Amino acid sequence: MNDAKNILSRSPQVIIKNVDKVFSSGDKEVIALKEINLTIYSGEFVVILGPSGCGKSTLLNAIAGFSLPTSGKVYANGEEVALPGPDRGMVFQEYALFPWMTVAENIAFGLEIKKLPKQTIREKVDTLLTKLQLLEFRDRFPKDLSGGMKQRVAIARVLALDPPMMLMDEPFGALDALTRRTMQDELLRIWLEFKKTIIFVTHGIEESIYLADRVVVMTYRPGTIKQIVPVELYRPRDVSSPQFISLQKELTSLVMEEQMRFRNEEMREPGRDVSEREENEQVT
Amino acid sequence: MKNRPSFLTKLLYAILLPVFLLALWETLARQGIISPHILPAPSRVFFRWIDYARPHEPYDAGKTNFIAWFFSGELPHDALASSMRVLGGFAIGAIPALVLGLLMGASTFIYRLFNPLIQILRPIPPIAYIPLAILWFGLGNPPAFFLISLGAFFPVLMNTISGVRHVDRLLIRAARNLGANGHTLFLRIILPAAMPYILTGLRVGVGVAFIVVIVAEMIAVNSGLGYRILEAREFLWSDKIIAGMITIGLLGLTIDTAMSRINHHLLRWHSGHE
Repeated sequence: MNDAKNILSRSPQVIIKNVDKVFSSGDKEVIALKEINLTIYSGEFVVILGPSGCGKSTLLNAIAGFSLPTSGKVYANGEEVALPGPDRGMVFQEYALFPWMTVAENIAFGLEIKKLPKQTIREKVDTLLTKLQLLEFRDRFPKDLSGGMKQRVAIARVLALDPPMMLMDEPFGALDALTRRTMQDELLRIWLEFKKTIIFVTHGIEESIYLADRVVVMTYRPGTIKQIVPVELYRPRDVSSPQFISLQKELTSLVMEEQMRFRNEEMREPGRDVSEREENEQVT
Repeated sequence: MKNRPSFLTKLLYAILLPVFLLALWETLARQGIISPHILPAPSRVFFRWIDYARPHEPYDAGKTNFIAWFFSGELPHDALASSMRVLGGFAIGAIPALVLGLLMGASTFIYRLFNPLIQILRPIPPIAYIPLAILWFGLGNPPAFFLISLGAFFPVLMNTISGVRHVDRLLIRAARNLGANGHTLFLRIILPAAMPYILTGLRVGVGVAFIVVIVAEMIAVNSGLGYRILEAREFLWSDKIIAGMITIGLLGLTIDTAMSRINHHLLRWHSGHE
């Protein structure tokens, strides 16, 4: 189960080379990412961890193709990223389900875009509904689902297109603690069953250790890679084990250093934390 | 259960005030305290309304079928004439507004091109176009259609534009991530996402069209409910004026209820709906 040691024998799925990202608003420039170099291997579960404003979502958006780097290059699945595409399925914190479509229609959407035969779409949707325990919700609209259910649909919608990797932007951030743990276990099960590469962004330290093969800790502005921490624990991981707790301590001190820098900058210049908002405005 | 009034109790509350006012009105009119030319008794209005609505030829099975006969009175003809004008004018105004609104919402270039002109024209009430409409189109249906379509145009346009501009960027990102682009993105994501706004625009547009049709009929046409109540004034038939007004109210209510039902069905996915 421990995949971290096998990394070297695997092929790279995502290569991030010297990536910088600068947001400018008026005369102010915010360096969101600086000299990011990272290789993520096929089948790997990588968590990008950092305080808010560290550019972790920006990095994910660069891989997704929503917002290209100012300089440097991102390669995914052997090609340079230029546009968003279904080979890099994205799961958002806010679910982003299409509210006018039922659960089944949401999952079928990407397949319909690909113009697959109706029968094939039906079969794929049914399989996913079953695998994600959504069968009884198939004709419901998203508004009638709980947060956990919505996120299952969002994951199924991405899996329907069978992408080699899933990008997840704080996907369980809006869930309550118990649902979050259920969804984390569900995700690990999916990861093993579907053999996807997962790049998962979070600010949750425990979550990162619970899930990741490697935790990439980022610095606060400019966003750089502070440290990469491999998690060499067997799954399912026991959050109360000494190894888990010592890792948690290690990561907490790393993240807290950045959090303090964030706090100090906030005190000096309140409201300067604009990168996330700006990004939303600039991303297409 | 004690705190929740039964249907009958609620009905009683609902009709209490109207019944009291009607009784008061009837009494005042019968006692001659108010001149019947100013405010005829509700009973007179009611009988006038029946007279306005009923067929005036005796039923002859050989000449015409029952349904045609039943609706051969003056009121059904007027109501139909007004409805057709609303429908026609609304279609003429709403369809281009919808298309232009989608384009303006989706393209900044088109928005910048059209917006100043629209901002100048929009505050002019459609009724202010009456003199020009008569000069351009003469009397009859054409100026009426013109005015009604003008009334429907702007609400539909403005709501469609903001509908498209308010589409959640996240949904667009998600759709692009799933492989949608170009017209698929537009038809399957932007259009349905903008639908709540568009439907609001259509509903407001029908409402304005209905106001304008009454005014247009008072001035430019000689049929329809608006024409009929103005005609009644010339004969000092205040009972018929009120009967006509009630008909206008009922027709308006019917149109709005129908629109609301359609909205409700189309927006059953929307979180505001049950």
